[in-house]
Amino acid sequence: MGARHQTWGSRTFDIFNHLFLSIIALLMLLPLLYVIAGSFASDAELSVKQIVLIPTEPTLDSYRYILSSGIIFRSLLNSIFITVIATAINMLSTAIMAYPLSRVTLMGRGWIMKMVVFTLLFQGGLIPNYLLVRELGLLDSYWSLWLPGAIAAFNLILLKNFFQQLPDGIEEAAKIDGCNDMQILIRIALPLSMPSIAALTLFYAVGNWNSYFPALMYIGDSLKWPIQVWLRQIVILSQAGFDVNANMEDYVQPPETTKLAVICVATIPILMVYPFLQKYFAKGMLLGSVKG
Amino acid sequence: MNKQLHMKARPTSTEQGGRNGSRFLKTLIRDKWLYLMLFPGVFYFLLFKYGPMYGLIIAFQNFQPVLGVSGSEFVGFRHFTRLFTEPMFWTLFRNTLILAVYNIVFFFPAPILLALLLNEVRMKFFKNTVQMLIYIPHFISWPVVVGLCYVLFTINGGIVNEIIIGLGGNELNVLMNESAFRPMIVAQQIWKEVGWGTIIFLAALAGVNVELYESARMDGASRWRQMYHITLPAIRSTIIILFILRLGSFMDSGFEQIFLMVNALNRNVGEVFDTYVYSVGLIGGQFSYSTAVGLFKSIIGLLLVVAANRLAKLWDEEGVY
Repeated sequence: MGARHQTWGSRTFDIFNHLFLSIIALLMLLPLLYVIAGSFASDAELSVKQIVLIPTEPTLDSYRYILSSGIIFRSLLNSIFITVIATAINMLSTAIMAYPLSRVTLMGRGWIMKMVVFTLLFQGGLIPNYLLVRELGLLDSYWSLWLPGAIAAFNLILLKNFFQQLPDGIEEAAKIDGCNDMQILIRIALPLSMPSIAALTLFYAVGNWNSYFPALMYIGDSLKWPIQVWLRQIVILSQAGFDVNANMEDYVQPPETTKLAVICVATIPILMVYPFLQKYFAKGMLLGSVKG
Repeated sequence: MNKQLHMKARPTSTEQGGRNGSRFLKTLIRDKWLYLMLFPGVFYFLLFKYGPMYGLIIAFQNFQPVLGVSGSEFVGFRHFTRLFTEPMFWTLFRNTLILAVYNIVFFFPAPILLALLLNEVRMKFFKNTVQMLIYIPHFISWPVVVGLCYVLFTINGGIVNEIIIGLGGNELNVLMNESAFRPMIVAQQIWKEVGWGTIIFLAALAGVNVELYESARMDGASRWRQMYHITLPAIRSTIIILFILRLGSFMDSGFEQIFLMVNALNRNVGEVFDTYVYSVGLIGGQFSYSTAVGLFKSIIGLLLVVAANRLAKLWDEEGVY
């Protein structure tokens, strides 16, 4: 970056800046490393010396315990199932709505966009949402997690803006070749928008995997719970000294290492998605926002 | 970012309905596939976004599920009067407001500052590594973040208290302590989202012409002056847009998080409108009253966005709508 003669102040700033940023990065990383290390430690080791960054005798006991205790393993499968279907519904409905909205010649487009943007500013709120889901008979069914959040207005606008920037010529050429708009979306617009699609898939998937509140509200049957809800029961409620939920009457308080292992299995699957999509998301997120 | 919520595009004059209906029909037929594709989405928004807004009517009723929205008795503003005279009201109002202000004062500027510092780093490898690490917490759910907090800070052998005691200090029971509740909430928010929040600013900064810095340096401008005169103006409009959007959710600063953090011992500082709606409405079954509470909160939020957007336009900035 240009001229090399740095002042003393400038150099001091650089040193402190690097130092500060390193500390920030470590603060983000250390708690996670502690949890991962702790989950591989034996219970005895964790209770004797508290600070375990490298377990002396790494063991898979807590993971074995999780896999053998049906409920956590089951909730992990539930989470995977919920997330995959939810994300598929999200992407399908968002793409199908974003494409027509990206066609500037479409009549009524402005009104529909206004209707969408308003939902960013004002919502019905918790109780009306709950009553609607109940009215529709979706309680205790995964549809209560899939349908009410099918399209995030913010993501819809992002994708619409991206489609809008695709060159018009290709679309016209396809029209002349006899493609209808649906075919143009599938064969042309989507393949050209892979960075955006990847970014949105990531956003939706992370949101779906991490969400716990709708499940807590709509799903009463604990066998259907996703792992995040169980995590709340096992790690938070037990520690806060609450009476644990009625569903858990015959549930034994798990050892500390198991809690750490549950945190790991609830987190690592979604973290693994990140590197695969990483090269796309920054690009996709930005491209969609250049022009409105 | 700054334009993504901004839609100017209208049907061009040639395509607009026009005077005669046949042209209107022609456009409909020409775009039949587009309308077909639009249909499920519009239906979704009407049902799942505007349906609950219609459901807000019950805030003015004595809603009874058996009678439904149309059959329930209309009671006007009775639930709102009850809310305003409830002794709990001021506690809720204060707690919500303080958390919101903490959020704006401490959390909102954090990603901006971090992005400015990252922008000053010239070693590409260092910058990329730091970026990669600080994005990670964004992918972690609130139950995990709060759970992590419990595991790390508990007085029953949590690592943080072990370190404090090891250094000769007194153990801190931050989880059960009223005064620690708000700082804890803000600290969790910053930990989880500060890194992710830098993306949008770093993107705006990447668009700054490097020659500006070079000529500023030629003129003898220090790093601080460069930051103040070149870097900050470059992200000004992004900051304003994000600020307006933030105000839009001013009144609900992180329900999913607060819900997990509130317990019997910190309810006095932790109970906010949203958690109150949950316990009175969903647990207590007082649907109408709790809907009124939620509506009151949403209206304040809406007013704040409208005001902020006005203000932004007054300052010649682009608003969100």
